[in-house]
Amino acid sequence: MLNYTIRRLMFTIPVLLFISFIIFLLLDLAPNDPTGNLPMTIPPEVREKIRESLGLGQPMHIRYFKWCVQFFVNEPLNIIDQWFNTCTWGCEDRLRVQSWATRSPVVDLIVERMPQTLWVVGMSYVVGILIAVPIGVISAYRQYSWFDQAGTFISMVGFSVPTFFTGVLLIVIFSVMIPSDSMFWFPSIYDTTHKVTDWASFGFQIRQMAMPVFVLALYNAAQISRFMRASMLDNLNMDYVRTARAKGLKERTVLLVHVLRNSLIPVITVIALGVPQVFGGAIITEQVFKVNGLGQLLIIGIQGADIPLVQTLTFIFAVLIVLFNLIADVLYGILDPRIRYD
Amino acid sequence: MTDTTVTKTRPDRSQWADVWDQFKTHRGAVLGMAFFIFVCLMVMLGPWLWHIDPNYIDIRAKNQGPGFAHPMGTDQLGRDTFAQVLAGGRVSLLVGVVAMLLSLLLGTAIGVIAGYFKKLDSALMRLTDLFLALPLLPLLLVIIMLWRDPLRAAFGPETGIFLLIVFVIGITSWMQTARIVRGDVLALKEQEFVLAARSIGTPAWRMILRHILPNVLSPIMVSATLGIASAIITESALSFLGLGFPSDFPTWGRLLYDSTNFMTLSPERVIWPGLAISLTVLSVNYIGDGLRDALDPRIRGR
Repeated sequence: MLNYTIRRLMFTIPVLLFISFIIFLLLDLAPNDPTGNLPMTIPPEVREKIRESLGLGQPMHIRYFKWCVQFFVNEPLNIIDQWFNTCTWGCEDRLRVQSWATRSPVVDLIVERMPQTLWVVGMSYVVGILIAVPIGVISAYRQYSWFDQAGTFISMVGFSVPTFFTGVLLIVIFSVMIPSDSMFWFPSIYDTTHKVTDWASFGFQIRQMAMPVFVLALYNAAQISRFMRASMLDNLNMDYVRTARAKGLKERTVLLVHVLRNSLIPVITVIALGVPQVFGGAIITEQVFKVNGLGQLLIIGIQGADIPLVQTLTFIFAVLIVLFNLIADVLYGILDPRIRYD
Repeated sequence: MTDTTVTKTRPDRSQWADVWDQFKTHRGAVLGMAFFIFVCLMVMLGPWLWHIDPNYIDIRAKNQGPGFAHPMGTDQLGRDTFAQVLAGGRVSLLVGVVAMLLSLLLGTAIGVIAGYFKKLDSALMRLTDLFLALPLLPLLLVIIMLWRDPLRAAFGPETGIFLLIVFVIGITSWMQTARIVRGDVLALKEQEFVLAARSIGTPAWRMILRHILPNVLSPIMVSATLGIASAIITESALSFLGLGFPSDFPTWGRLLYDSTNFMTLSPERVIWPGLAISLTVLSVNYIGDGLRDALDPRIRGR
């Protein structure tokens, strides 16, 4: 297993390099100019100097190499220094990736936006899983019952209706149509400056998180519950289930200990594989509810042609995908002893 | 020959008649198919059925609710929402179908080549894995941001964006099809009829066209329906994020995006385009579900 993990880790390096190259190339070939927004009064030779100071004068492969060094070596060291207040080798003159639009380090922007995304997205994923697993178990156990039919229909609706429509619909119902003094009113805009100090403000925090979390949770639950149901159905017909029943175990034990545990194995890998997609999907939900998380940062960067910011964020999304693919593979091997990678 | 003496229990039927019979038993799929055909007809025949021009501005009739003259109301400039939804549907469905065809073509080609030619298999599958590891939505946004203006200049505002969106959706959604097709081709290659065909000297291209492709048609058809659904959603998402078609050129996603600014003033306006997207995608997904059951011979026999 360890051997396999190490082998997989080695394989992720070329993958990440390839993806970083694609992202770099895509933005590098782009026909726009970072100095385009500067005033027209700047003389051409100064403009050329500015371009050089942004590192745009050199050939492409050198810039790619420098970007890699910056991204894989310098920025992690910067983060370590910031967290532990240390000064590792060469910390005084180490460069940072600067955002063109805000003139501040990209990593600082990302660190600032991260908690909102993690809270909303993470919470919605947890809620989605908590809804999906019981629904999947019950609809598989009572296959073709009305519960199963309803569950199938709702999950079909859940992944057919795009999150930007469910979000907007919820806003129309719960923030526009319902008067704002009613207890069923929910704020449509996520207020990041809100601090939880007492029960009342905690209640408000729950309220403002409710709608974005519900929208994403519905979408995730729809997909996971389908996998859960299919996996349960596969396991319910197995011989070991019959054996467990024949030796007189309670139906509860058979279902929740024997079948559920075995059925969760593929579902857990699906859950792990879904994490990066959830981050991607959160781009839209954050835009709907004006949550100022990573997704919104990406949209702002794209609209302002802020290439360093967009490069970094896109690459972080790519790292997440590769990382969770690896986690899913390794988890599958650990959880299911029948899987042998060697 | 003993074959001729076997009594026939039922008349000769083609495979597709069986598939159709099984498809008809799936209620959701039949309803979905009916609805999808209805939407397609409405959208295609829209200009003949409803004579108001989607871009005709009647400022005195702005922000109206649903009524006799405007069944879905009007927007802030007095344009008729029903006409806009019809016009938007034409673009959204066209994007969905064309992008699906492109991704299907790519996916089938790569899947068949990877499955059939052993030498290319590992290289093509690594490529597929790499594409699966790309963060698609951020990349789509980035590509559109970067290439929007040059393509607009080259092909005109509408055609340029159309080509760009179809192209980026097509080249980022072929991976699942390729994987499924490859798996099926690998299994087919082991069968006797392929061996027989090869032993009489069939060249590779005829082998693929004659023997392999017809036998992998069912997974391709299923991924075609799912492809339409996801292409429609992706296009709407791009338009919703403001990176799709220009605003005087309605698509369902764009209409939804524009109407979110007027949610407090005319909340019912967001319903129509959203409902159109959701119901179309739902019906296409149901068709895919029914098709998968109908094309699966293990289920069909029962």
